[in-house]
Amino acid sequence: MDHSSLAGRIFRGIALALVLVFFMFPIVWILLMSFQTNEQILRIPPRILFEPTLANYEALISGQLRTAAGNLQIEFMRNLMNSFVLSSASVILALLLGVPAAYAFARFKFRLGETIAFTLLSFRFAPPLLVLLPLSLYYQQLGLNDTYFGIVWVYQLIALPLILWIVRGYFEDISPDIEHAYRLAGHSWREAFTRIAVPLAGPGIAAAGLLSFIFCWNNFVFALILASADKQPVTVGALAFVTASGIQYGQIAAAIVLSVTPTLLLALYAQRYLVEGLSLGAVKG
Amino acid sequence: MSMAQLVETEAAPRRTKRWRGRLLPYLLSLPALLVCIAILVPFVTAAVYSLQRYRLNLPYLRGFIGVDNYIDFLSDPAFWNTLKISLVYTAVTVIAELLLGLGIALLLRRPTRFHNAVSIMLLLPLMTAPAIAALMWKLMTNPSFGILSYLVGLLGVHDFKWASDPSTALFTVVLVDVWVYTPFIMILLLAGLRSLPRQPFEAAALDGVPASFVFFRITLPMLAPYIITASLFRLLDSIQQFDIVYAMTQGGPGDRLMVFQVQAYLEFFQYTNVGRSAALLMILWLITNILSNIFIKNWLRLRARAHGHA
Repeated sequence: MDHSSLAGRIFRGIALALVLVFFMFPIVWILLMSFQTNEQILRIPPRILFEPTLANYEALISGQLRTAAGNLQIEFMRNLMNSFVLSSASVILALLLGVPAAYAFARFKFRLGETIAFTLLSFRFAPPLLVLLPLSLYYQQLGLNDTYFGIVWVYQLIALPLILWIVRGYFEDISPDIEHAYRLAGHSWREAFTRIAVPLAGPGIAAAGLLSFIFCWNNFVFALILASADKQPVTVGALAFVTASGIQYGQIAAAIVLSVTPTLLLALYAQRYLVEGLSLGAVKG
Repeated sequence: MSMAQLVETEAAPRRTKRWRGRLLPYLLSLPALLVCIAILVPFVTAAVYSLQRYRLNLPYLRGFIGVDNYIDFLSDPAFWNTLKISLVYTAVTVIAELLLGLGIALLLRRPTRFHNAVSIMLLLPLMTAPAIAALMWKLMTNPSFGILSYLVGLLGVHDFKWASDPSTALFTVVLVDVWVYTPFIMILLLAGLRSLPRQPFEAAALDGVPASFVFFRITLPMLAPYIITASLFRLLDSIQQFDIVYAMTQGGPGDRLMVFQVQAYLEFFQYTNVGRSAALLMILWLITNILSNIFIKNWLRLRARAHGHA
């Protein structure tokens, strides 16, 4: 497939430019908006050159929003912190539970093994509300409603299948002969697991952990149903913020920028792992 | 010799040890399973609710009514609207994302530094939370200051109301869905394209075979497993769409975007009709289950091929 003709190269150049504009423009534009005052945003025609202001971010960080109806207290920083706590705790728990299970599925052919693996996988495809709506009633009875623990628990629905299937693929790619030799040297399976298998599958575990962190962070519906204001992550918090702040568009843009920055930075930093994890999770298992 | 055999033969002399060897895989996977089983309980509960008359505001009316909730749907235009909107939404997003994703993957096929940089940049929309992405597009399509409304105005289209107009609402949410998820398909297909063997393409180039023939007779068939997997993944997510639609319009204007999960959410929280909401979700689950069975079969075949036991 050699497109060396001039027309072909021009066509490909234009097509790529359009693709870049479509996918990058929203991010750039919202970033620019977040440094504008409301007056600058409402100006028509919109300008690309403007005097940037940090007022939107200051308002968000201090939690004091000036609106037409007076000062409003909004703890958006608390939402940001909640996102960190919920996503990190969920990924750590999912790694502790998922890596040994992935190892078991990869190394042992055992009765029920495939059944268990598929049950876990099928969570990936069940409508989340089907579980969440009855769960919200149960949680109210159990007192788990609106607790970090309760939310981290359901986040396992996102993180666990992902970790299980990606890490399993990595374990399957490692030859069991290495562990076999190590075991013949008189070590227990536990040592073979922690000193040989886990380090060798390290990149896969990292990829799976990163991906599930991002997916937990980006989740919206779980916390929408199970968390009230002070436990909500940024995805739900940002929507509530839009309703509360009304026409403070610059602050909305700044809130959006703060909500997506952690995952986007993580994605850029670990892009190689991410692409690998996404393709493995989807194609190779 | 597999690890399982190793565990068994080594532990053979002592019965208790042998038992432990057999149990080991269960013990390793048990915690993960327990966590999930605890979450499975509500799933069964939902199935039971769907057979009940159960309204949170009228608890004393609660009782078993068989499949009445389901039968009611047959004569309910709101249900048919939900089914139609969900299927249209799914079909349009998956087809658009597949065509666009395939096109971009073909553009980026040669692994040059620039192409790789572009594919990394395209990861960003995919890593943006869909609910937040909807808010971004809401700001850009705001009728009074949104940049897209302004640009459309420059082209001579005034009063284009995006998500708040029933005739363009579907287009607008599809646009956001395409923005977020096209990179997913692109990444999978790019990985697929770059892993294809070179010989058929070199042979075709030597013989001077026209590019369209190469594309339809060599590239597409060889890429088919990747295309199937990627689109089925998107199909299953798309039919369950909630975040983008809810954050953008909450199913409106009117009932224009009442996809399954949004309808079920409102049924539960707004009309407090637990039974109906559960029945609606059970139907969605049935549809996804049929689709995912097809999907898992394909996926397993691909996995087997990737591991070389095909």
